[in-house]
Amino acid sequence: MSGKLFRNFSFLSATLSFFLLVGIFAILFTYAQEAMQEFGFDFLLSETWEADEDDEGGIFGGYIPIIGTLLSTLIAMTLAVPLAMGIAIFLTEIASDTIGKPVSIAIELLAAIPSIIYGMWGLFYFAPIVQSVFGGNGVGLLTAGMVLAIMVIPFMAAISRDAMNTTPLVLKESAYAMGATKFEVIKDVIMPYSKGGIIGSIILSLGRALGETMAVAFLIGSVMSIPGSITDPTTSIPVLLANNFAEAQDLEMSSMYFLALILFVVSFIIISVAKFYFLGRKVK
Amino acid sequence: MTYKKLVTAAVVASVVLTAVTADEFKGRGASFPGPVYKAWTSAYFAATGNKVNYTPTGSGDGIKSIKKRMVDFAGSDKPLKADKLAKAKLYMFPSVIGSIVLAYNLDGIKDGELKLSRAAVDAIFTGKATHWDDAVITKGNEGLKLPHEPITTVVRADKSGTTFNFTYFLNKINPDFKVSKKPKWKAHKVVAGKSNSGVSANIQQIKNSIGYIEYSYKIKLGLPAAQVENKEGLFINPTVASFQDAAKYATWTSDNDFYAVIGDPAGATSYPIVAATFILLPTEKIEMNKKVTAFIDWAYTNGDKAAAGLGYVPLPAETKDEIRAYWEVKKIK
Repeated sequence: MSGKLFRNFSFLSATLSFFLLVGIFAILFTYAQEAMQEFGFDFLLSETWEADEDDEGGIFGGYIPIIGTLLSTLIAMTLAVPLAMGIAIFLTEIASDTIGKPVSIAIELLAAIPSIIYGMWGLFYFAPIVQSVFGGNGVGLLTAGMVLAIMVIPFMAAISRDAMNTTPLVLKESAYAMGATKFEVIKDVIMPYSKGGIIGSIILSLGRALGETMAVAFLIGSVMSIPGSITDPTTSIPVLLANNFAEAQDLEMSSMYFLALILFVVSFIIISVAKFYFLGRKVK
Repeated sequence: MTYKKLVTAAVVASVVLTAVTADEFKGRGASFPGPVYKAWTSAYFAATGNKVNYTPTGSGDGIKSIKKRMVDFAGSDKPLKADKLAKAKLYMFPSVIGSIVLAYNLDGIKDGELKLSRAAVDAIFTGKATHWDDAVITKGNEGLKLPHEPITTVVRADKSGTTFNFTYFLNKINPDFKVSKKPKWKAHKVVAGKSNSGVSANIQQIKNSIGYIEYSYKIKLGLPAAQVENKEGLFINPTVASFQDAAKYATWTSDNDFYAVIGDPAGATSYPIVAATFILLPTEKIEMNKKVTAFIDWAYTNGDKAAAGLGYVPLPAETKDEIRAYWEVKKIK
């Protein structure tokens, strides 16, 4: 009796999460209908985001926030991947326990810091440094990308480290026994063995960077314009949604649901690829 | 035994509490008067036990929620024209006057030292002036060392009544500038922040920047703000006295539900960028409206000091009387 109850309960919980996913997609899709019909495919290429006087209509296009999201994520990934790999290799292969343990714990704690704290730190401390080194306003694409990188590094490093730790000792020791150097062991034994986990960590971090709202809202400048240089302010999908949600009506609201849908689909695809292709292969 | 006592006590307490439970109503909207409404509501609660809950979410949100009748009253910095009020079945009247200052971050230039002519304000916010040492800005600021650095203008990322009132002033200087809650800025370098606090934080962080914020944020954060040239061609420091002088020139009339944008008033001592903020009420909810007007009436009578302390300007006494008469006529007093 209790066994059956438990089975039904866990079945319900499991299906609920599936229905939540479908439900969210359906809601986004329904609410985005008005904008989809009004703008269609041009929505992706239009640079204007302007409500008219009464807030009842206007012209809305997602090009700038989409580009802003992609560029800030690209900067973040370019900076984060090499650093995170360095950290993971250092922790698994190079560091002694006395250094490795505290660093490991520090990285796990860093991964748990709420993003708003990164945003505040970024605006009040990091932005002036970026301004003095790279010029520009201090807030903009580069600052947002760098802080995003700092945010995803711990996450990426922690997962990659765990993946590298799964390399069997026998394999490594055989390589050393054949006269391989440390670098060769890392390059030819550990990396190929843990490739699935590492790529998975990168893709999950990518998903996180794409959807990050609070920290980026503080740092990207929130301006509806194509960045002419890397230090210029622009905007991203989550930032635009957060800034305009309270005041938007009708068509503008629908356009924001359209943007949310685009972000949802992109993130969904990325996570699916990570899950089924790379993480799946590791198990084999 | 003790259990029974407890239950009895609880029942008695709940009965007594229900008996003294006073009115409770809620509003949301404009964030511009947020601080003064907060002061008024807590003082009103202390004085009468009536609880007013105001959430400063923004003027647009206020209008949206009152149209859908989600709240008992709404705040808006943007007055609605008569036809809009009629269509949405709303009453409207002003509650308090505030002001917008041009705060800046320039090394070595202290509060009130920078003088901005009308031409300079126009040039900065339309992008005609790109650097701080542009002739249009240095003219009249001969004593100051303005750097040859690009001007970063800080604006609002969200739709805002503050922006509406600021662009109203820009439109008075340069008719080509469209009055809007969220215009397309053509200034040289633009950065946007969410709400007054976001704009203030950006001004604090970005060197050689200038932005428009509500006066109480300037006071709270100690930001330097410019003197602005008024209609009569005089440079006026943003002070409560100069706001009061400006408020005298506002013309209100109950005929059009007090519709008036009071920016850029006449008067030699008036600070030019002032703005009134409004309350919206649904016409059909007479009993609830009476509770709201009782609160506003109380604030008109007892809240002037609190308003002035926060950098707002109370409405002139004649205007308050006219608003009270308006309530009488509409039978919501």
